[in-house]
Amino acid sequence: MATDTEVLVLGGGSTGCGIARDLAMRGLEVTLVERGNLTDGTTGRMHGLLHSGGRYAVSDQASATECIEENEILRDIAGHCVEETGGLFVQLPDDSDDYFREKLEGCRDCNIPARVLSGREAREIEPYLTPDIERAIEVPDGAVDPFRLCVANAVDAEAHGARIETHAEVIDLLRDGADVYGVDVRHDSGPGKRRHAAPGSTEEITAEYVVNATGAWAGQIAAMADLEVAVRPSKGVMTIMNVRQVDTVINRCRPKGDADIVVPHETTAILGTTDEEVSDPDDYPEAQWEVDQVIDTLADLVPILEEARTIRSFWGVRPLYEPPGTATQDPTDITRDFFLLDHAERDGVSGLSSIVGGKFTTYRAMAEEISDHVCGKLGVDATCATAEEPLPGSENLAVLEDGMDEFGLRSPVARRSKQRLGSRASDVLETDDANPVLCACEGVTRAEVRDAIQQSGTDLNAVRIRTRASMGNCQGGFCSQLLATELHPEYDEATARSALDELFQERWKGQRHALWGEQLSQAMVTYALHATTMNRDRDPAASDGSLEYGAFDDGEVR
Amino acid sequence: MGRSSTEPSTTGRCAEVAISDDVLVIGGGLAGAMAALAAAERDVRVRLVTYKQSTLRQASGLIDVLGYAPDGDGPLVDPFEALEGLPTGHPYERVGSEAVREALAFFDEVAGDAYVGDHTDANALVPTHGGTVKPTARYPTATAAGLASDNRDALLVGFETLPDFDGPLAASHLAAAGVPFDARGVTLSFPGIERDDAKVTRYAHLLERDEAVSVDDSAATVGARDALAESVDEHLEGEPRVGFPAILGDERADEVRTALGEGLGVDVFEVPMGPPSLPGMRLSDLLYDALEDAGVRVTSGVPVVDYEVDPRGSSDTPADPSAAKTSDDPARGRIDHVVVDRNGAEVPHRADQYVLATGGLVGKGVRSDREGVREPIFDCHVPHPEDRYDWFVDGVFGDQPYARFGLDVDRELRPLETDSRPTFSNLRAAGAVLGGYDFAAEKSGSGVSLATGYVAGRRASTAVIR
Ligand SMILES: Cc1cc2nc3c(=O)[nH]c(=O)nc-3n(C[C@H](O)[C@H](O)[C@H](O)COP(=O)(O)OP(=O)(O)OC[C@H]3O[C@@H](n4cnc5c(N)ncnc54)[C@H](O)[C@@H]3O)c2cc1C
Ligand SMILES: Cc1cc2nc3c(=O)[nH]c(=O)nc-3n(C[C@H](O)[C@H](O)[C@H](O)COP(=O)(O)OP(=O)(O)OC[C@H]3O[C@@H](n4cnc5c(N)ncnc54)[C@H](O)[C@@H]3O)c2cc1C
Repeated sequence: MATDTEVLVLGGGSTGCGIARDLAMRGLEVTLVERGNLTDGTTGRMHGLLHSGGRYAVSDQASATECIEENEILRDIAGHCVEETGGLFVQLPDDSDDYFREKLEGCRDCNIPARVLSGREAREIEPYLTPDIERAIEVPDGAVDPFRLCVANAVDAEAHGARIETHAEVIDLLRDGADVYGVDVRHDSGPGKRRHAAPGSTEEITAEYVVNATGAWAGQIAAMADLEVAVRPSKGVMTIMNVRQVDTVINRCRPKGDADIVVPHETTAILGTTDEEVSDPDDYPEAQWEVDQVIDTLADLVPILEEARTIRSFWGVRPLYEPPGTATQDPTDITRDFFLLDHAERDGVSGLSSIVGGKFTTYRAMAEEISDHVCGKLGVDATCATAEEPLPGSENLAVLEDGMDEFGLRSPVARRSKQRLGSRASDVLETDDANPVLCACEGVTRAEVRDAIQQSGTDLNAVRIRTRASMGNCQGGFCSQLLATELHPEYDEATARSALDELFQERWKGQRHALWGEQLSQAMVTYALHATTMNRDRDPAASDGSLEYGAFDDGEVR
Repeated sequence: MGRSSTEPSTTGRCAEVAISDDVLVIGGGLAGAMAALAAAERDVRVRLVTYKQSTLRQASGLIDVLGYAPDGDGPLVDPFEALEGLPTGHPYERVGSEAVREALAFFDEVAGDAYVGDHTDANALVPTHGGTVKPTARYPTATAAGLASDNRDALLVGFETLPDFDGPLAASHLAAAGVPFDARGVTLSFPGIERDDAKVTRYAHLLERDEAVSVDDSAATVGARDALAESVDEHLEGEPRVGFPAILGDERADEVRTALGEGLGVDVFEVPMGPPSLPGMRLSDLLYDALEDAGVRVTSGVPVVDYEVDPRGSSDTPADPSAAKTSDDPARGRIDHVVVDRNGAEVPHRADQYVLATGGLVGKGVRSDREGVREPIFDCHVPHPEDRYDWFVDGVFGDQPYARFGLDVDRELRPLETDSRPTFSNLRAAGAVLGGYDFAAEKSGSGVSLATGYVAGRRASTAVIR
């Protein structure tokens, strides 16, 4: 029987997109389905740390070695998504000397470049570190933008012939006896690019092989074919500051602990994180104490954080997995390694594998291993090229960085736009049309927004993850309406309006956890602008009844 | 707002402090300005001390009185009728509906030709830059020809470099809102604008000064007003009125609008915009001119940071200490003077009566941290839920508790303690620093600031005379 596609990948996080790219580059026919936007799962809700491996250098040296290898590869193939910040493991007076030594030795064992700094040297690099710091280990940690990296994988997969369907939720896994042969998906607004308010539809997609890369949701998908995958989802909170208090990744040098990392990310610094098992990855409490705990604990390392302004907080859920029978108590002790579950071997059901666990940093290596496995199953002989082939935007980066072209933009905007777009900068920014800045906080111009809309349709959250528009201090207060405006006239007014409502509500969601001080004042300005000046909360266009215009003042002085 | 008079005063009633007045207004937004103007109606010495630019820089410049009832009913045709039904504690309920009318009449007089809407009690529906319409009670003359109840067709002109207002999108939005006329939008390039990120003030100044601009790459230049009129003219299809984003000039906005209207043979109007808002800044300028004319001493750019109470107790309260525990007795007595921080120097400012008009969360008259919400100068009580996760609800346009943060006051507009006693005998509060109303949902922001500012100023000056 002819199938719709050779390989069907479920889940549009880093794992799924990485696999789709790998297989597409090997010449396989691939379809990927994702229920929301790309990165809507854990990938879009992580800490942004490109691990050097230092974190695992004592507890899990296999992971640590893999991290440093992949860290180096990603700097090459995804340079436009990585900032080489460096990282410090900081020892405070209470932290053990033995552990410090083990960390240093561990780094060396795993070939992670590591150097000891005195407290003073560390504070020269990061002046806001607490004065009572003893010493620090410097490692090549980095900051990574998971959104653009994941999207770049998807875009390249498409360039190699893959079909990428977002807003396409798997509602059934099709199983015939002991064989899985495809899925039923529900398209939120028809196949293709997202189009708000377009009618939904369902589609059966058959495949020779199905890869379940739905992370924390992998158990739910497996259950659709009566298979069991015991994911142990574990949530963690991250709190975003309005400025970069540090330019280096700051880790606390102690065996394990919550809330011990600060990652500089674009214009912000992100504090995190915690580790607490949850039962449902879609529905778990987001609590005040978690936010307070990360701020208060990390203020031990960087005291000014105590009084600093946060712009939002968000939670992510780790797709942790343990082989049956392990039963680790504390989720922090569950391995961060990934597992490839071949359901043919494990359950006697062919045509399906599930991938769970792992880290963002090692997504490419995971994808390579899984793709090898899939090729084996399909009898395809093709080698992996993802470690050498740069992602779109990272080709010839050195040339770009030397380039002086500012595309008629002010320098800070040009610089940030070029950093985001990498080698795609001139394709996107060179335009004869007027190109004003739409998002002033992040320096995003109309041309970049239009490019993102071209890729993703009417979903402004998809525009957001591609461009960072609406992710700065005002959290979309000033720009969300401008982003929606760009949808028109290609899409009609009602579509632009509902896209705006969706983005605006999404931006509010995370700000609720930062509502005090400056950010509460900011929230009030935003509320006033949208409700008072624009009357968006009581928009007559959105209500059913018709307004009796004749009863109101028509301006005629009688 | 460069107008500040910092002359040291030697005629003060108290010899030991340099600066002394009858009424001191703290905060120079709409509420503070109204309070100072209303107080200056009487023969008293009034000073206004203000720190940063007021919320008018961000606000549309429309004077909303009440567009929706607190339960969401609306848009209300007649805001005055609805004032009677407001809950106890709402600022309008505190001052009474008659005072709201008086305050508006007072504003109408101050604003003169710059504002209209006083010919009717009915609200006007004004097209907004987002394309909706919203109810308001007074609007700048510049906006008058744009009302949505006017059934003449309209052309909406946006500019490709000014993304805040998109003519075609606003026009289809108005159609979706069911307006009784045809709206059509065009997007043009603005003659003389060379940078894609020019500020709104640049557009305004081009027109204000009628700068010479070149068109069609030719060497010849024309005035910016003619150039703009010409480029719009090509797109006109018989519409009798044309709307622009609110960038048509600054101090000479009337002249700019008239010139464009004559050039096009149509009525021209402005659509109010978000920050930085020229109509808001024009209103602010108008108020500061009026303050100067009224002889109010204005000190700007400096914050009030502290206060001292009168150690001799309150002269406004009965001398008999046995009467001291009535519910109307000020809990903390009488303010003797406040302290102004002038670039690090702490300068006492004394007055007989004080008006607190420092704004809400936006103006920074109400502040918060992770622990709670407070009023920073006098530490007046700001009611708020203890748990900060009860400060908001999940729907972004839901019934937001934070939007109501502010002071409780009595009918004299004196801030109240938790036990409902007034905090001080000689402090009144006005404007966004007050609590108990959600101006954004109700569309009542400027109206509340006007009405409470007016009443606080009147009462303060009356108390001085007494
Ligand atoms: C708090 C936290 C911090 C982290 N920090 C870091 C870090 O700093 N560095 C690092 O390297 N790693 C970090 N990680 C780990 C890393 O984020 C994850 O390992 C990685 O992103 C997992 O990617 P994934 O593609 O496997 O899963 P996901 O990104 O969750 O992708 C799965 C996708 O499947 C989709 N899906 C679910 N159900 C369906 C359905 N029915 N139909 C279709 N699609 C469906 C989901 O919407 C989702 O997009 C962190 C994790 C957490 C939780
Ligand atoms: C974005 C936005 C749009 C709006 N749109 C509309 C609208 O369309 N229609 C409408 O009717 N209303 C609107 N409003 C509401 C309206 O503008 C406000 O409610 C009103 O202007 C508040 O005036 P105020 O004088 O009470 O406070 P503010 O204007 O905030 O003035 C307070 C002043 O006090 C000063 N101050 C603060 N602390 C001190 C101190 N310690 N010492 C000295 N000075 C101090 C501040 O610097 C400021 O100048 C809008 C508000 C916003 C934020």
